[in-house]
Amino acid sequence: MTAPRTILTAWIDGIGLMGPGLPDWPTARSILAGNAAYAFSPTLAPPPQSLPPAERRRTGLSVKVALAVAQEAIAAGQLDPRQLATVFASSGADGDNCDAICQVLASDDRHISPTRFHNSVHNAPAGYWGIAAGAMTPATVLCVYDGCFGAGLLEALTQVAAEGNSTLLIAYDAPYPEPLHAARPLPAAMGLALALMPQQSAQSLARIQVSLSDAEPDVLADTGLDALRRAIPAARGLPVLQALARGEARQVVLDYLEPLRLAVVVEPCR
Amino acid sequence: MNSLWLSRFTATSAIGCGLEPTHAALRQQRGGLAPCAFDTVDLNTFVGEVAGVDSVQLPAHLAEFDCRNNRLALLGLRQDGFMAAVEAAIGRHGRRRVAVLLGTSTAGVLQSEQAYRRRDPTTGALPADFNYRTTHNAYSVADFVRNVFKLEGPAAVVSTACSSSAKVFASAARMMKAGLIDAAIVGGVDSLCLTTLYGFNSLELLSTTPCQPFDTGRSGISIGEAAAFILLERPPSHLDADAVLLLGAGESSDAYHMSSPHPDGLGARMAMAAALKAAGLQAGDIDYINLHGTATPSNDAAEGKAVATLFGDRVPCSSTKGATGHTLGAAGGLEAILSALALQQGFLPGGINTCHVDPAIPIQYLTANRDTAPQRVLSNSFGFGGTNCSLVLGRAG
Repeated sequence: MTAPRTILTAWIDGIGLMGPGLPDWPTARSILAGNAAYAFSPTLAPPPQSLPPAERRRTGLSVKVALAVAQEAIAAGQLDPRQLATVFASSGADGDNCDAICQVLASDDRHISPTRFHNSVHNAPAGYWGIAAGAMTPATVLCVYDGCFGAGLLEALTQVAAEGNSTLLIAYDAPYPEPLHAARPLPAAMGLALALMPQQSAQSLARIQVSLSDAEPDVLADTGLDALRRAIPAARGLPVLQALARGEARQVVLDYLEPLRLAVVVEPCR
Repeated sequence: MNSLWLSRFTATSAIGCGLEPTHAALRQQRGGLAPCAFDTVDLNTFVGEVAGVDSVQLPAHLAEFDCRNNRLALLGLRQDGFMAAVEAAIGRHGRRRVAVLLGTSTAGVLQSEQAYRRRDPTTGALPADFNYRTTHNAYSVADFVRNVFKLEGPAAVVSTACSSSAKVFASAARMMKAGLIDAAIVGGVDSLCLTTLYGFNSLELLSTTPCQPFDTGRSGISIGEAAAFILLERPPSHLDADAVLLLGAGESSDAYHMSSPHPDGLGARMAMAAALKAAGLQAGDIDYINLHGTATPSNDAAEGKAVATLFGDRVPCSSTKGATGHTLGAAGGLEAILSALALQQGFLPGGINTCHVDPAIPIQYLTANRDTAPQRVLSNSFGFGGTNCSLVLGRAG
């Protein structure tokens, strides 16, 4: 049964990126454009200065990465975070926190800390972002295992298309320590944020159009970057960022959820 | 928002597997909470455990998904002809045009909790039979349901704590409006586990009695588990009068605190107002509110303020968590179904366990059932991290 192909459109006004060997979007843009070499190095996420000290002390790696890329995208687009809906997409909650809870629950003394418990929810970064940004707008938090980036992009674009909401997509992942690491081996933390707007503005970097597809997913020519793309769900979005980094109109195909892929057309605004 | 038809729905919770026993329990004001005897838990609390989950067997080709949460999901799917209704919808729309959008807070994390007790004493490794992707990972329940029906369309788990399975209605409505899909299996599945039991205990939020929403003496929640499934489709040109429609959904964030609600219920009020706006309705159009009503002192006070600000004391309200317990990530879906039953069966469910309604909360809280046929109802779901979602449901005629 064939249905008319739906194309979802938005304008990208801000980009945030943080991952192993990719400390921020300006550095990553140069690497993805082929102007600098890629080398893996641990992800260094700063404590979120936008949070009050009490909350800042309680944040784990996934919150730090998610808030860092969200903040970078907002700043780049000169946007008011209180006006944007958010879509968070992550393949897991805070891995260190989960391990700590499981250890305590397997011990003779099962008293877990209240902070550990409220940080265990999948939507902890969304909660901290709301507090940091003062944003009372809708925030959705998805999990689609390895398909998180594609699912987040679809959800964010339906917010833009169906509701006319300016929407910040934040895809992020943080690794588990052992023993869970062996069962879910993510090599490093990574975050990727896109500010997606219903209308073009002076800040707009590119137009993005997304549709469901059967085509083969793009791979990245650089083997180090492609290893990242395969290993971390948020990094499945790197082909889009490479198209943006090169500043040329391109179509890329992203992994999503078998048998579906996403065809993404990026056209720079300037 | 364009209305969507709840073409089939089913609920499995501590008050019954399927709609008939669920409806009967509500009519008889019979609760499903009992002293906690789950796993090795040594807490003085009541839980809403679903009977028979342990004996559910997954089909052999889906055996890798085996865990309490997916057993509960399958038990739920098997009620009320839901699986046949999904197959019929697939026949109408195609495998790629039916989405799976489900809420959960903890999915099968119980598998990890139990696997940590069986770590290799030398290496610390988890046992070889542990499968993270198909059990612990939050997506596992949507992956399982997508595989049960061999679906090939979009899918996601929304995991926003206790608003999860309300927010999936909003996601489905957006996907439908955008033209990506023609139908969606929405709802939620959450099952008992140690993380939530000991976690809420650490926050001193577990009641030692069956929870008493909006009671002067309310002292915390009783945790429950549930599987709630709804098949959403665009309404056909003719619907029976007792068909139930999703008329609106509203979402907001508190931006206040990770585990406490905004004291004035500001985020809750915004979500309710947004749901009314999406439905094109006024506060006066609502005949019943199924409250989030967790029975913690601060949650009920904040929600009560928000409801009173928007609705005054005109609208009958109740929390059904006294009967089912707080089913966390499944609560939004479960309570949407209980609200749909109220619309179809023509009654308002009184909240049980509540003896002395808190006079400091100026809303019309029902403790007895009322035989009055509501046309439109609102259902609230709020969660940790300050996440809020309200749904408006109504009869077709």
